[in-house]
Amino acid sequence: MLPQDDQPQKARSAVLPPKLSALKARMLSTHLHNSDKRINFVAVCFLGVFAIMAGRLVQLGFKGGLPGGVKGAADQELSAARPDIVDRHGRLLATDVRTVSVFAEPGKIIDKNKVTDELTRILSLKHPEALRHRLGMRKGFVWVKRTITPRQREEIFQLGEPGIGFLPDLKRFYPNGPLAAHVLGFTNEDNRGIAGIEKYIDEQGLMSLHGAGFEVKHEDLKPVKLSIDLDVTQVLRDELEKGLVKFKAKSDAGAILDVRTGEVIALESLPDFDPNDPGKGVTAVNKNRMTAGVYEMGSTFKSISIAMALQDDKVKLGSRLDATHNLHYGRFTIHDYDATHRMLTVPEVFVHSSNIGTARMVLRVGVPGHKAFLRKMGMLTRMKTELPESAAPIIPHPWSTLNSITIAFGQGINVAPLQAMAAVAGLVNGGNLMVPTFLKRDQAQALKVSKNVVRPDVSEAIRYLMRINAEIGSAKKANIPGYFVGGKTGTADKIIHGRYANNKVFTTFMALVPANKPKYLFMVIMNEPQGLKSTFGFHTAAWNSGEITGKVITRAAPMLGLAPEDVLPKAPFPLLAAQGYTYVNQPNGGGMVD
Amino acid sequence: MISRAERSQLARWWWTVDQWQIGAFLVLMALGLILSMAGSPPVAERIGLPPFHFVHRQAMYLVPAIIIMLGVSTLDPRQVRRASLVTYAGAMLAILLALKFGHEIKGARRWIFGIQPSEFLKPAFVVLAAWAFSEGAKQKKMPGTTIAILLLPLTVIPLLLQPDFGQTMLISLVWAALFLVAGVHILWIVGIGGLGAIGVLLAYKLSPHVHQRIISFLDPQAAHLGTNAFQVETALDSFYSGGWLGRGPGGGVIKRILPDSHTDFIFAVTGEEFGILFCIALMALFAFVVLRGLRRASRDEDPFCRFAATGLLVQFGLQSCINMAVNLDLMPAKGMTLPFISYGGSSLMALALGAGFLIAVTRKRPRSEVLLETEVPAGLPA
Repeated sequence: MLPQDDQPQKARSAVLPPKLSALKARMLSTHLHNSDKRINFVAVCFLGVFAIMAGRLVQLGFKGGLPGGVKGAADQELSAARPDIVDRHGRLLATDVRTVSVFAEPGKIIDKNKVTDELTRILSLKHPEALRHRLGMRKGFVWVKRTITPRQREEIFQLGEPGIGFLPDLKRFYPNGPLAAHVLGFTNEDNRGIAGIEKYIDEQGLMSLHGAGFEVKHEDLKPVKLSIDLDVTQVLRDELEKGLVKFKAKSDAGAILDVRTGEVIALESLPDFDPNDPGKGVTAVNKNRMTAGVYEMGSTFKSISIAMALQDDKVKLGSRLDATHNLHYGRFTIHDYDATHRMLTVPEVFVHSSNIGTARMVLRVGVPGHKAFLRKMGMLTRMKTELPESAAPIIPHPWSTLNSITIAFGQGINVAPLQAMAAVAGLVNGGNLMVPTFLKRDQAQALKVSKNVVRPDVSEAIRYLMRINAEIGSAKKANIPGYFVGGKTGTADKIIHGRYANNKVFTTFMALVPANKPKYLFMVIMNEPQGLKSTFGFHTAAWNSGEITGKVITRAAPMLGLAPEDVLPKAPFPLLAAQGYTYVNQPNGGGMVD
Repeated sequence: MISRAERSQLARWWWTVDQWQIGAFLVLMALGLILSMAGSPPVAERIGLPPFHFVHRQAMYLVPAIIIMLGVSTLDPRQVRRASLVTYAGAMLAILLALKFGHEIKGARRWIFGIQPSEFLKPAFVVLAAWAFSEGAKQKKMPGTTIAILLLPLTVIPLLLQPDFGQTMLISLVWAALFLVAGVHILWIVGIGGLGAIGVLLAYKLSPHVHQRIISFLDPQAAHLGTNAFQVETALDSFYSGGWLGRGPGGGVIKRILPDSHTDFIFAVTGEEFGILFCIALMALFAFVVLRGLRRASRDEDPFCRFAATGLLVQFGLQSCINMAVNLDLMPAKGMTLPFISYGGSSLMALALGAGFLIAVTRKRPRSEVLLETEVPAGLPA
């Protein structure tokens, strides 16, 4: 600012104080001598703006590829090839079927309403407005409909619409419909597994192969062999379905486990779904109750409590436990459903399903020992199999003596039924606990991943208890002649609004075939079965779950290679006999169990 | 041929004008015609006209446009000022008439007698403002700067009433650039910047139209269904579709759904049919005109010519930059044409007028003539 500039302005601003008028003059004055610099500054600004825009154009150039993008987009969207899924005998459970899908390039469609109307007519679409919305999207590629018929393809072709095209596509097909649906799971429209083994397959890296751009052909993929037996699954589902109707239950489920390998031979949970058309998918109604639901197992849990007491040498098979009176603890009283009011041996506790007797055994072990044993048996943590659908057990916090007392007979702890099966399988198979698997494996592989939990003689004792219970106890319904079955019932009152409801029960039944050289463990659970005339109004496990299990054993055992035998095995429980309990090898316990 | 030896009127014109600049403008006009063949047929078809309706109209407008540009370029600075004054008065009258009697198109009263007078107002305003600033700088007795300051609201208020925020913003920015170049105190620039920010804020708060445009730019997802977001996304698709080399003339597909493909979004159509490299070249042509012009203006000794050339170039440059930036999704959508390329009679004539003024004020003149006009008072440095 040049001081000379002040001069001419002064005269006009006489009213202002000198300082302010000087400022005013300086503020209003303009200068020529630095305008060339300022023009250059403007030019530099423009240069910057032009450079930014040129950079943006280059960026758009490198990002581009919308027109060729149909192929790129289609590659992204196209169904990924999946391996076949077969059962343990190689029978097909799931495969890819080649189909044609119709897509649109919204940018190339001028009259979107007309095209929407035509396609709605040909494809009998239920929601034309959804298609209209897709056609209006700012995308180079949208699906119109996946998997269309050849006739529809021809009709759409005849429209001659340039923005509509066809692509070979794959659709997952399950030839057995809902059989083993909960094991298989299902895929979405893009052939990505979103439930069951299908999801497991994707998690094993199949999709990352696709993502990395590897062209994976269906033919090149090795079939995934499951441990499932299709025929046995059919039998299990059939009997569960009949049982569901007969006992007017809300739901039922069951599984068959090979106790030698931990393989799941069959698993069904009703209501289920057809994986070919899963609709809303898995909901609270049709979920897999064997792995994704947790329930109180009731008396079935007593096997675990007794095994623990035997393993810790707190009782022997012949030990007597006081069931003369109800067990009082604090303000709580433990009753027996089938009250005997006398001293009971361990087999009698099991056969009479004595809550008092079992509780006394657990009290001898104590809370820390009880918790440690349950942890060892995998009852306190979520069991993770190949199926992504799993639920964590519900365990009490804090865990008092009273909790241990009720958990002794299966109340106050909720576990997944398959988890309880795994525990019992581990007890009866010689003491090797193994996480169940849905993939085929042999005994050697299974033993490598198993964990020893009880001694062989304890294992034999549990098998004996289950056997005697099938002979003279609550599991008679499943005592199918010729198979030397062992079994245990469990009935838990359901908790409604925080209280045990007397009329609503959850029943469980486990059966071991054969009890001397165990091969298969059967389990059936029923949710709210009703008492019937034929069951004399009873709704306890023996009457419903037990009956279904018996029918499943009758039909499935021959398929599993078990031949019925006319004579009972001679010395089924040698270890117990060597300990001096010779009566165990006699029919009906030789009258020693009453 | 035009010889240097011959002192004819034509020869004198030819050897004093900036031939590169005239050449650049003519190339832009030719490109405008070619690109209108790409951008306008879909629009014509959409409103039921023959496909080449707009191409023919554009070609017809080119003849008077070139005549205006070359004719105006022969004026001397004094005549330029007079022409601007007349144009300004005429345009302002037309704007006021349009406000009173004009038809409302897309929510604004901008048109009367088939022309958009605000287009003609721009170059006239720039020349008048440059005149006022240069007088303020030269003769301290003349209240040039005050006039220049008052000129802005006088011009902008009728535009705001239309409403036409795009033109208002452009005119305000050009005026601010002139103010800056005129060498005002730095405090003014800070103050004006603040006022500008307040103005944008007020427009954002008070005008739902501006509000929606800014929102849709800042958050395209939220305003996904808005037409502006649709325009801009479609414009981007055009560039993607074209890639580096384009789909070839007539090969564009996105242009069929791109609104205003012959006016505001002609640059995107250019991208789709002629490619991104061509777009860069076209942008380089605009940059050439603006940067070369500014460099020459900074060396001009006549303050009026210097300011007028700067103002006209800033107007031209800003208008092209805003249009291209909107096409490239670097700015919220503005109703701004790409100079000489976009279709539009009024726009083309007004740009030709501005280009004519620019060529006229940047003509080489004898130094004595300049000094005579500048009239620096004795004792004060120029």
